[in-house]
Amino acid sequence: MNGIGQDVWMAVVTCFAAIFTQNILLTTFLGMCPFTSVSREVKAAIGLGVAVVFVMTFTTVLNWLAYYWVLVPLKLEFFRFILFIIIIAAFVQFVEMVVDRYSPKLYQTLGIFLPLITVNCAILGTSLFMVIREHSFIVTIGYGFGSGVGWLLAILAMAGIRQRLNESRVPEGLRGPGITLIIAGLMALAFVGFTGVLS
Amino acid sequence: MTDILITVLIVSSIAAGLALLLVIAERFIANYGQCKITINQERDITVQGGKPLLSALTEQKIFIPSACGGRGTCGVCKVTVREGGGLLLPTETPFLTKEEIDGNVRLSCQVKVRNDLAIEIPEELFNVREYTARCADIEDLTYDMKRFRFELTEPKAMDYIPGQYVQLLCPKYKGNSEEVYRAYSISSDPEDKGVIDLIIRRVPNGICTTWCFEHLKKGDAVRLNGPYGEFRLSKTEAPMVFVAGGSGMAPFVSILHFMQKTNNLREAVYFFGGNTIRDLCLAEQMKGFEKALPNFTFVPVVSRPEEGDGWEDETGLVTEAVKRRFKVLSGYEGYLCGSPGMIDAAAKVFTSLGMPEDKIYYDKFA
Repeated sequence: MNGIGQDVWMAVVTCFAAIFTQNILLTTFLGMCPFTSVSREVKAAIGLGVAVVFVMTFTTVLNWLAYYWVLVPLKLEFFRFILFIIIIAAFVQFVEMVVDRYSPKLYQTLGIFLPLITVNCAILGTSLFMVIREHSFIVTIGYGFGSGVGWLLAILAMAGIRQRLNESRVPEGLRGPGITLIIAGLMALAFVGFTGVLS
Repeated sequence: MTDILITVLIVSSIAAGLALLLVIAERFIANYGQCKITINQERDITVQGGKPLLSALTEQKIFIPSACGGRGTCGVCKVTVREGGGLLLPTETPFLTKEEIDGNVRLSCQVKVRNDLAIEIPEELFNVREYTARCADIEDLTYDMKRFRFELTEPKAMDYIPGQYVQLLCPKYKGNSEEVYRAYSISSDPEDKGVIDLIIRRVPNGICTTWCFEHLKKGDAVRLNGPYGEFRLSKTEAPMVFVAGGSGMAPFVSILHFMQKTNNLREAVYFFGGNTIRDLCLAEQMKGFEKALPNFTFVPVVSRPEEGDGWEDETGLVTEAVKRRFKVLSGYEGYLCGSPGMIDAAAKVFTSLGMPEDKIYYDKFA
């Protein structure tokens, strides 16, 4: 394989790696706040998760463009933190506006989660890792999408577990965030099991 | 140095560019144009679309009560949206019961005005305003009750239905660190729209009553809002029984003023209860109403008359006095105002004498 073909293959591999072996939530523990607060039921978790997949994919790509086309030529790489945040915020705002206007149904399920995502550190983290790991443009697409799906997978699993926890007797001091963090730790251990599947 | 300037310039221009894009997008995408809101099928207002219903109504001087200021956390700003409200949002569901959802009740801070709306709000909210007033007079009624007269300064007049109440703002004072509103029934003549009389009974350690009794002076400026409340005369001709104790006197004074002005000939018997003769008040004014209204009788009741105070009228609990006077109340309407204990006891007596429950109107002092 050569050129673009290899890039696409790398993108697919990176995507799977981002979902399983390098799950942004369970290996770097980014995006914990919405992870603990919105994982009480599966329906809300899916709504937030899908919003994260969407925003993460697009903002990572936008940030790649902004980084390599604007910051690098101007030698302003150190400014990526601020620029990435601004781009994420503007993008989320824009998407919210469009969804609100043209798809009330989608706004009803996704809309309220969009503002929450602006300040989700997993989104910013993905963009920063994209720079650190020096991904190419096509790989970045796979990486952004994969990270989002990985986050969705983690919060979905957590919501499923927490719904079952509702019927079990959790010691009083551990109820709520306490048990959630312990579960997150166990899930992270479980995801370690994927190590070596992809390299 | 130039590096820094260039950096700042570039980053600012990127941010400005994005902001500009958003503004343009908002102009074209989020432009909902002028929207018509039909309120209670009788009144139309036109607002610029795109903002929450709550703020759109506030701009039109229609005040929907809201405790959190439109952030969707208090659940107070409920209105019925008949048409055009769109789908129920997940931010609203925690605050609504199943009946409310079925009845199209929405949180007005979460409903966005995107198209023409048809909504329903309680009629009384049209009239609710914030008023500034000046304390014009303070009069002792009993050892623990005073009548405060407030002259409205801005706006200068209040349209209210006799029986309604206002909320008086109690400011911070020594011993009270926060502003609170307290509800008091209006006891003035509704025709005199520039004046609001409140009858206030001192509550031991009460925040607002302590302020009224110890700090409020003639000439002081106060703030109040209103009018609120559903307590009022029905539009029937049925004979009535009024029962009140303490400052529960207030709404009935206003109602009697109104009856006198409108030459109301309905039969009305007003039982006013006090522990001792010292708790009774406004005897002269009640005599005046008895003269002016041929079918009105005032019955003061003292539960513990003391030796030598010369009390010869009704004694015992006010409910016992009602039972002594009436054997059957089936065709009557009951109006109650006072403490919850008194109201519950009186309502029980009314129903036992055959008064239907939906004919008993009350204003409970919480």
